[in-house]
Amino acid sequence: MRRRGWIYLLPVGVFAAMLVAFYVGLGLDTMALPSPLINKPAPHFTLPPLAQGYQGFSTADLHGHVSLVNAFASWCAPCREEHPALNALARTGRVAIYGIDYKDKPQAALAWIGALGDPYTRIGADDGRVGIDWGVYGVPETFIVDRTGRIRYKHVGPLTTADIENTILPLVARLDK
Amino acid sequence: MIDEIGHFALILALCVAALQAVVPLVGAARNDAALTAWAQPAALTQFLFVGTAFFALMHAYAVSDFSLANVAANSNSVKPMLYKLAGVWSNHEGSMLLWVFILALFGALVAAFGRNLPPALRARVLAVQAMIGVGFLLFILLTSNPFLRLSPVPVDGAGLNPLLQDRGLAFHPPMLYLGYVGFSISFCFAIAALIEGRVDPAWARWVRPWTLAAWCALTTGIAMGSWWSYYTLGWGGWWYWDPVENASFMPWLVGTALLHSAIVVEKREALKTWTVLLAIITFSLSLLGTFLVRSGLLTSVHAFASDPRRGVFILLMLGAYTGGALALFAWRAPQLQGGGLFAPISREGGLLLNNLLLTTAAATVLLGTLYPLFLDVVSHRRVSVGPPFYAKTFVPIMVPLLIAMAVGPMLPWKRGDLAAALIRLKWAFAATAAAALVTLAATGTRSLGAACGLALAAWLLAATVSELAERVHLFADPLPVVLRRALRQPRAAWGMTLAHAGMAVVIAGITGSTAWSTQKIVDARPGQSVELAGYQIAFDRVSEVRGADYTENRADMRLLRDGSEIAALHPYKRVYPAEDGGSTGVAIHTNLLSDVYVVIGDPDGHGGYALRLYYNPLVPWIWLGAAAMAFGGLVSLTDRRHRVGAPARRGRKVAAARVQAAE
Repeated sequence: MRRRGWIYLLPVGVFAAMLVAFYVGLGLDTMALPSPLINKPAPHFTLPPLAQGYQGFSTADLHGHVSLVNAFASWCAPCREEHPALNALARTGRVAIYGIDYKDKPQAALAWIGALGDPYTRIGADDGRVGIDWGVYGVPETFIVDRTGRIRYKHVGPLTTADIENTILPLVARLDK
Repeated sequence: MIDEIGHFALILALCVAALQAVVPLVGAARNDAALTAWAQPAALTQFLFVGTAFFALMHAYAVSDFSLANVAANSNSVKPMLYKLAGVWSNHEGSMLLWVFILALFGALVAAFGRNLPPALRARVLAVQAMIGVGFLLFILLTSNPFLRLSPVPVDGAGLNPLLQDRGLAFHPPMLYLGYVGFSISFCFAIAALIEGRVDPAWARWVRPWTLAAWCALTTGIAMGSWWSYYTLGWGGWWYWDPVENASFMPWLVGTALLHSAIVVEKREALKTWTVLLAIITFSLSLLGTFLVRSGLLTSVHAFASDPRRGVFILLMLGAYTGGALALFAWRAPQLQGGGLFAPISREGGLLLNNLLLTTAAATVLLGTLYPLFLDVVSHRRVSVGPPFYAKTFVPIMVPLLIAMAVGPMLPWKRGDLAAALIRLKWAFAATAAAALVTLAATGTRSLGAACGLALAAWLLAATVSELAERVHLFADPLPVVLRRALRQPRAAWGMTLAHAGMAVVIAGITGSTAWSTQKIVDARPGQSVELAGYQIAFDRVSEVRGADYTENRADMRLLRDGSEIAALHPYKRVYPAEDGGSTGVAIHTNLLSDVYVVIGDPDGHGGYALRLYYNPLVPWIWLGAAAMAFGGLVSLTDRRHRVGAPARRGRKVAAARVQAAE
């Protein structure tokens, strides 16, 4: 009995490790994540449309105007959370919103925009390869691309109305000048 | 005025809870009956104060008192009364008050109905419960006070998220919390047992009804939540492996394990330390769920607006309660007396296998939920874990569990004979083969997975029915004798049969919906008709309807089969100007075998609408099965030996009289 005493310490040990991770996790700024792609030209890509009768998009489409590129997926819960904010942004007409539908079933993505509204100018279906070029770790992620096709800003996690008002719109206004 | 009374009552509740956490413990340690006796009145008083605070907040919502910041942010004056009241727990502060209210309610129930408990055990249980109460009351008063005033008072409130304005959802959080918080009683019993250094069959008999009650509530709560997401999110899906869904599912898995291991302690005095550990883990997972949802650590559709101070506070509580409990476990558990021995093939062995598989399943879900967080902490990389992870890890653990679940009840205690048990399951084998073959014949070899799923469901259902048939000697005796014997079966046995059969029905429902759901997206104009899985859906018109605080586009459709009308369908899309949001109303026609599910989307600008149509076979069975499981739990709860507060001797006499009368 005595010799096996350590096994009773196992639960508390595992739990202590979890607590440490939680504590560090609380301190992390979950939204700040530097991207090596900032101020670099957007990667070269061509994305097919979700289905016939829709339009995909490619690098060339991002030239000539400021655009917002949003990587999302219908299976991603935080994407659902940010969707109303994107819809509201689309209604202002201040910036063209492009969607990278990341590792998703096109049918599911169509159902998604059918149910929640479609803020996107165009949506490209990505099997994951283009996402890697953009440095997408997880969805949702959002990029601002300037008129010359350079990535100027990256946001990780769901966009909130506050993010759009305080960061996205001022940046878009500056780049639009 | 009433708001101030509520606020003050909450402070008084904190003071009472602080006393209740200390005095009875000292009393029990010193064997001082006067101090021990503090526990019951303190628990009842604490409940009275927390109840006062809770109803004060409810009153504020009912009369739309927008001088409370909480009411102004989460309600408005034109809401129907039901949603005003449900608004109380639609937000962080109010739902924490509901949490504490239910905690105090359980404490009061133990105080009121636990008369047959030994006084020292009862005092320790209530003291530990009060410790939890102190933490959460402090949390509410310091970081999440719902009674804070607003000045100037706004004319109207900001409203309730339209998605949450739903009759089913109004009752979903209270059910879920009854489950979460109900497990606190099992936790308190475990801690009290560790302090006393004694776990015996009587202990298990006292713990089990509370665990069972919490389990029933949690089962119902999870099923309601899944049903809600099915008919409101407009996706045709019913489970998303969202972190918050997982947070409720993990305590359910471990709670189910606890329910079964407590039987072994009760009947055979084995698996004692394991049962105590499960009781600690079950409630800890409930706490972890609270932490994950409210700290903003994981993002999810359900996440409450978060505040870092709250995250740190809940983390401290999690560390104190779970860490404290596990440390106590490490210190005291080695001294618990071991119990009965058993062979691997036996009822105990079966229940142990059930426990191992259920806890492994819970660990898998925990890993999937926390992995993104851990990876972020360690390497600052971010990932999302989606349904494919669970399909590859969780499902393979469930398959052996379901196979074993059919055999376990056939095995005797101590030592069993697997071959004999399997021979007694011959009808179940036949049913399994039949289910697989019929499925393959009807749908072709493409549905191999579905055939396996349905075969598994048939296996479990047939085995459960065989076990019941054997117990009541069906076919061996004349029917009246069999019926009388069936009525005399312990309610706990009936409960098991119902719950296991319910599980089989759930499996069939999950299989059907995963394998055969069909979806169709069309752009249709009013006047057109759409085909779906042998049905015709006539899209007649769309009209605009004004409600209390919304306007809706409501479609009139008819569901036809071979030209004759079966049902009218009215999917709608609502806009709530006050909340700047909308909601989708799904039209569902069910015949209990399958659902026709219709969602209307936005107009396309040329007079047409995007329609999404789903045909979901067997989906209703998911909730029917879950209801049978929860009902089975309730039946088991009414078992004579659990009837809380009923003195054992009188119960036996009444039962004996009943048996005589029946014969």
